[in-house]
Amino acid sequence: MIRLEPRRQHSQKMIYLSPLLAIVLTLISGAIIFAFMGKDPIEALYTFFIMPINNAYGVGELFVKATPLVIIAIGLAMGFRANVWNIGAEGQLTMGAIFGGGLALAFYDSTSVFLLPGMFVMAAIGGAFWGAIPAWLRTRFNANEILTSLMLTYVATLFLSYLVYGPWRNPEGFNFPESRAFPDAALLPIIYDGTRVHLGAIFALLIVAGGWVLLTKSVVGFQLRVVGQAPQAARHVGFRQKRMVWFTLLLSGGLSGLAGMFEVAGPIGQLQPSISPGYGFTAIIVAFLGRLHPIGILFAGLVMALTYLGGELAQIGLGLPSAVTGLFQGILLFFLLACDVLTKYRLRFGSVSKSGEPA
Amino acid sequence: MDWIVPLILTVITASTPLLLSATGELITEKSGVLNLGVEGMMLIGAITGFAVTVSTGSATLGIIAAAIAGMAIALIFAFLTLTLMANQVATGLALTIFGVGFSALVGSGFVGFAIEPLPSLHIPFISDIPVIGPILFGQDFLVYLSIFMVIASGWFLTRTRAGLILKAVGDSHDSAHAIGYNVIRIRYMATLFGGAMSGLAGAYLSLVYTPMWAENMTAGRGWIALALVVFATWRPGRLLAGAYMFGCISVLQLHAQSAGINVPSQFMSMLPYLATVIVLVIISSDVTKIRLNAPACIGKAFRPAQ
Repeated sequence: MIRLEPRRQHSQKMIYLSPLLAIVLTLISGAIIFAFMGKDPIEALYTFFIMPINNAYGVGELFVKATPLVIIAIGLAMGFRANVWNIGAEGQLTMGAIFGGGLALAFYDSTSVFLLPGMFVMAAIGGAFWGAIPAWLRTRFNANEILTSLMLTYVATLFLSYLVYGPWRNPEGFNFPESRAFPDAALLPIIYDGTRVHLGAIFALLIVAGGWVLLTKSVVGFQLRVVGQAPQAARHVGFRQKRMVWFTLLLSGGLSGLAGMFEVAGPIGQLQPSISPGYGFTAIIVAFLGRLHPIGILFAGLVMALTYLGGELAQIGLGLPSAVTGLFQGILLFFLLACDVLTKYRLRFGSVSKSGEPA
Repeated sequence: MDWIVPLILTVITASTPLLLSATGELITEKSGVLNLGVEGMMLIGAITGFAVTVSTGSATLGIIAAAIAGMAIALIFAFLTLTLMANQVATGLALTIFGVGFSALVGSGFVGFAIEPLPSLHIPFISDIPVIGPILFGQDFLVYLSIFMVIASGWFLTRTRAGLILKAVGDSHDSAHAIGYNVIRIRYMATLFGGAMSGLAGAYLSLVYTPMWAENMTAGRGWIALALVVFATWRPGRLLAGAYMFGCISVLQLHAQSAGINVPSQFMSMLPYLATVIVLVIISSDVTKIRLNAPACIGKAFRPAQ
């Protein structure tokens, strides 16, 4: 019989070890699943996790995929710390792409250097606007932000679909549901030749640094932690829960919007019905895997980016459906949540604790 | 008036999966467990039901398998949140992400298969009565089950000892534990029941509603079911009204085009999601009502004091 015994304080060691343990367990389950599907597990794991990054272009792709994940997860983590569950990042990403991309389309023959900065601002506004709706509904009407932010994701995706099938469809195209290609002035510059790594990657690093400062050095960061861990204490001291809801949803919405604009102004280069392979949802896992901490999120973003690349290669090389990526992501989060029990509790083997033993 | 019977029939078909999964989630939440993985459990039920029906040729086996698959995946959730005391919100999200991936992986081998739709009840003469015949006596088994389960849940929660214990566990797990009830075991059972019902709801989608398998075919219905539980303020009777109201909205969206309403289809497709938001806002703004009806311990981990 295994029992859980509470630790006096959270184990610092386990906080760092549990994500690693979860990754190892996910790899083992992955090997079993591959074997079950009739593939050589070693070869499959190699194809999935090593082959994508054994050349410079592959490493570049890793950064390309990690960029939106990290940017979104930084914002989400702030909210999760304060018990604000924004799970509609995918919708905020879409609105950011629409607002930012809309500006690029409005000035499709522009060569101005101000176009790109303008798109940054518009994208952040678009994402924050889409995050503001659940914030308003929660603070004004007490409506659960989990459900409202998720419902708004469907609305945003449908809105984008309407735009690219309708008014924003490329008038000079062949009736495909896609917008004009963005002008060069609206595209993020490539920062490393021979890859697709764009300026957004630099911004992701800046956002990580900013998130770290916000969380560890600022009063707001302190409030976030208190509101999440001890809501009653926070009320006593006079921290206002409502203000935290607004702050975290506007921040995570704005960052998600920025990530969406980086996608359409980076690897994609135009608006189309589908602009994200679920980055907004995967970023939830990134936030948890990174321990809701900006530096951890940076590493977690790279790990999760690898599952996307591995999924693509497994599709080509092994004939596996790309859905394997989602399966791995889900399993990883399961193991992570299971392993986290070790930060708060000690495993004890044996049925009854001896009397006098310190708990 | 020829169109009215088919219209009502489509409303019933659209409402049944919502009603099934929302009834299950209502019982789960009444025990104090918030399982946000309804969408994932429905998808796993949908692919399991479809795959088993295609492989065995028996829709009955498919439905049973879907319920079992829903329970199996709910068991993972229960183990993580009840035994390992993991955060229920995060685990529910994990369940949905896992369900999307798992169902798509298994389902990739079943795209494009066709099946015989579930047989409908047919009582000679009675089912042939105009209007009420096909509506009341011409449905498939799961429609009757969904109505039966929602009524049975209402009766269970208010009229049976077990139901009162379940509510006690959800409202104050410490007191329930002190009296001697096994909080964890009761929550396990309520969570598994929710999983089975979501599995059935998924099977209804893939075996009756479409009937076929498509990736992500639940399209947010699991989340709408979660919202319906709040809409119903945790009372089964209102769940019935809510599920059928949403059924009407989603059918309205399908029929608006043919009725000559000239609105882009994407805006019509937004209706169920926008309606969910509006309904949530209306119900949630009455804070006292929510506080009176919501299980007080919802989402909170329980660890018996030693």
